[in-house]
Amino acid sequence: MIDWTAICALQDIPRLGSRRVAREGACDVAVFRTADDRVYALLDRCPHKGGPLSQGIVFGDGVACPLHNWTIGLGDGHARAPDAGCTQKFTVKLEGTQVWLDAEELRTLAREPFVSQAA
Amino acid sequence: MDTKTIPVPGIDATASPRLKLVVIGNGMAGIRAVEELLTLAPDLYDITVFGAEPHPNYNRILLSPVLSGEQTIEQIILNPLSWYEDHGIRLHLGRTVVDVNRRQRVVIADDGTREPYDRLLIATGSNPFILPVPGKELQGVITYRDIHDTNAMIDAATRYRHAVVIGGGLLGLEAANGLAVRGMQVTVVHIAPWLMERQLDVTAGTLLQHSLEARGLKFLIGAQTEALLPAVGVDGVASSRVGSVRFKDGSLIPADLVVMAAGIRPNTLLAEKIGLYCSRGIVVNDTLQTITDPRIYSVGECAAHRGIAYGLVAPLFEQGKVCATHLAQFGIGRYLGSQTSTKLKVTGIDLFSAGNFTGGPDCEEIVMSDPCGGVYKKLVIKDDRLVGACVYGDTVDGSWYFKLVRDGRKIGDIRDKLMFGESNIGDVGHQGHSKAAAMLDSDEVCGCNGVTKGAICKAIKEKGLFTLDEVRKQTKASASCGSCTGLVEQLLMFTAGGDYSAAPKRKAMCGCTEHGHQAVRDAIVEQHLLTVDEVYRTLDWRTPNGCASCRPAVNYYLISSWPKEAMDDPQSRYINERSHANIQKDGTYSVIPRMWGGETTSSELRRIADAVDKFKIPTVKVTGGQRIDLLGVKKEDLPAVWKEIGMPSGHAYAKALRTVKTCVGSEWCRFGTQDSTQMGKDLERAMWRMYAPHKVKFAVSGCPRNCAEAGIKDVGIIGVDSGWEMYVAGNGGIKTEVAHFFVKLKTADEVLEYTGAFCQLYREEGWYLERTVHYVNRVGLDHVKRKILDDAEGRKALWARLQFSLDGEPDPWFDFEKAQVDLRQFQPVAMLTTRETA
Repeated sequence: MIDWTAICALQDIPRLGSRRVAREGACDVAVFRTADDRVYALLDRCPHKGGPLSQGIVFGDGVACPLHNWTIGLGDGHARAPDAGCTQKFTVKLEGTQVWLDAEELRTLAREPFVSQAA
Repeated sequence: MDTKTIPVPGIDATASPRLKLVVIGNGMAGIRAVEELLTLAPDLYDITVFGAEPHPNYNRILLSPVLSGEQTIEQIILNPLSWYEDHGIRLHLGRTVVDVNRRQRVVIADDGTREPYDRLLIATGSNPFILPVPGKELQGVITYRDIHDTNAMIDAATRYRHAVVIGGGLLGLEAANGLAVRGMQVTVVHIAPWLMERQLDVTAGTLLQHSLEARGLKFLIGAQTEALLPAVGVDGVASSRVGSVRFKDGSLIPADLVVMAAGIRPNTLLAEKIGLYCSRGIVVNDTLQTITDPRIYSVGECAAHRGIAYGLVAPLFEQGKVCATHLAQFGIGRYLGSQTSTKLKVTGIDLFSAGNFTGGPDCEEIVMSDPCGGVYKKLVIKDDRLVGACVYGDTVDGSWYFKLVRDGRKIGDIRDKLMFGESNIGDVGHQGHSKAAAMLDSDEVCGCNGVTKGAICKAIKEKGLFTLDEVRKQTKASASCGSCTGLVEQLLMFTAGGDYSAAPKRKAMCGCTEHGHQAVRDAIVEQHLLTVDEVYRTLDWRTPNGCASCRPAVNYYLISSWPKEAMDDPQSRYINERSHANIQKDGTYSVIPRMWGGETTSSELRRIADAVDKFKIPTVKVTGGQRIDLLGVKKEDLPAVWKEIGMPSGHAYAKALRTVKTCVGSEWCRFGTQDSTQMGKDLERAMWRMYAPHKVKFAVSGCPRNCAEAGIKDVGIIGVDSGWEMYVAGNGGIKTEVAHFFVKLKTADEVLEYTGAFCQLYREEGWYLERTVHYVNRVGLDHVKRKILDDAEGRKALWARLQFSLDGEPDPWFDFEKAQVDLRQFQPVAMLTTRETA
């Protein structure tokens, strides 16, 4: 049984945009909304050099990092080829217009300090 | 010939609901199309490939280095057998397709194999032309086309002495050089009056002949081969192997090996047999479908597109890409033909040609010739554009000339330096490198991403890269500021062979569309398009909402073409223009308030100082444009910092008018002739909030000492005793470019009008992310002068249109609603406490 945390309403996130969820003592989580109202959540940190993905341009089901333009897949957190790397994804539930995140994941995932995966 | 088929586990063709694609031809063109298709629609087709050769797809361009012993066959394999297995491709090697039943849609091979198809791709390439002379069927008479021929030549070189190559074109000379390197005595027989007559003019051809002669090759120019005669043994009996070549004039030379390299012909045997219309190749339309049967496609050397069968790799790849999008049922993308260039792959001999290098009526030529030094350059110019180049001996600038030919850029401004190459117009890579060949493997080519020459060459070789885009994607070299593009192109040319460089005539905006910047802008203007979605729908975009590269561009074209009508779309803007501050590497922002003309007051400075203290802003810095930069501001604090400071937005984060830099001017300076500070303030107040294709910077100096450095700004104004001099399209960035003198003006009002008109012209005609220097280079300074200096009404209209656009534009730091600044972005959408998250 998943313990869900209510985050926001769908309309709080702009279409083809993102908002960030602040976690005290840990890195933010970015929630994204696609053109067709799908919602995804990723750690707000590009696997390349830690750029805030919530500030990027959303297109299709990817987001372009604002720092160096890596494209990260919203569904899996993987960098699109030829870049390689992965950022933590979070489970999202969209119920009506209410967006939920998994409380357990928010508590446990990606709490350690950032280490760049780039060489 | 051994044949084998790789079984594909788990795929039963009879039970599969997928469409069936059969590819005839396992060469570079056909397989490239398959690769493109697999990335677009990996599961759409069951794919079957027939290859007449017993090898997987290899890089045919690199047969010459294999022949000369510089590379091995293993090194030139592009797709190993495992690649076919991994992608579930049924591969029939060593089987020639002999028939196609178009009604039943079945392909039939020479061993009786039958494969049904829904779509058929014919990529049978070309055949060497065999001279119709007696003796052509003797042993030891071969062509130079594939691995089999190459091996035959390598083998012959170990056992025989005399080789004759018929044909002094690209292929023939590479064969002759390879055989000579392997120790044979080689004579090249060439019927035309000079070598490589289709790629070189007579001077360069003669220079080439001399340097090849110095390497021990012999030439018979103008000789006509009459017959190939068998060798005669000591017993006087004719053997089955060739022994000599006889010419029309009766002369005879010994020949243990004869290589026919007198040109290629598209291989249309099968296509003609099955009734496809052929005329110098299988005739295809812009989507690479045969005009006879829309289920059948053709790409590569066998295909004739708009009357041309291309023999170079880059056009074939371009065709493959278009063909793949069509096969993937996207129904978009058209192939419009390619420009090509040539480079001989003979180590130590540098020659390059592109475009129309022979000239003709209406063409001018610039020629430099130093026969003793072995250097020859000919540039052909038509209508102020470079249309062709033929370069021998010093080809470092080949790729640059080719780029100029392709881009069709006006060359009036660099004409006097054109001959001396790219390095002479200040257009060089980092540390002043201009010759990629002379660099060490450890030398850095791309200063932005720290990519060395060695890393680029390795990627080109190992990953089989052929285009600049591929190198950018794989290595990041030249992917940021682009100043090393010329170097990377040189490396491509040296490493991948000269065939790499042909490129589409018109460059698409990005991978989402086939349209270039101009076409998109024209459509927006002509069809009165007002939203990004409308543009994407009207122009058949391949992606539902574009990408991070095209969306900001389209958004800019909309708001600049239809001011007060098209709605700005914040989600199509880069973060800096959405949050109206400049994002820094740690995710914080910088704030640069506007200071008109670089002048400030004590109360402004006090407010800035207070804001720095209040919001604990870590760094305060004076910028190059005479403004104050507050660095390290948290996003949450931005609106409050703006309010605290109470100064207008400096737009230092935007593709817009940034700063007007001024010197002190006549108010204080003992040398000043004009009030440059006031002029700067007036310019800045008239044009601030002006979005543009890229950032725009002005400077105003009060006398010719030019303390405001107006010579490297988009618009530079220099006061002189009798008025103002106006300079345009300078740039102090990646490559320093000195601004062009534009016009001398008398009054400050004129300065405003002319500057405004120039900016508006750039806003209307510049492509997104094109600085004024690149815009003016592209359209030519003459064009800008015609529009602004020669056409008073046009100039006034431009200035009026700019004023109309700017009238009532909001300051995004204060008028949030009108500027569509979504204030929600500055706060987290939810705050989770430690209790909730730990």
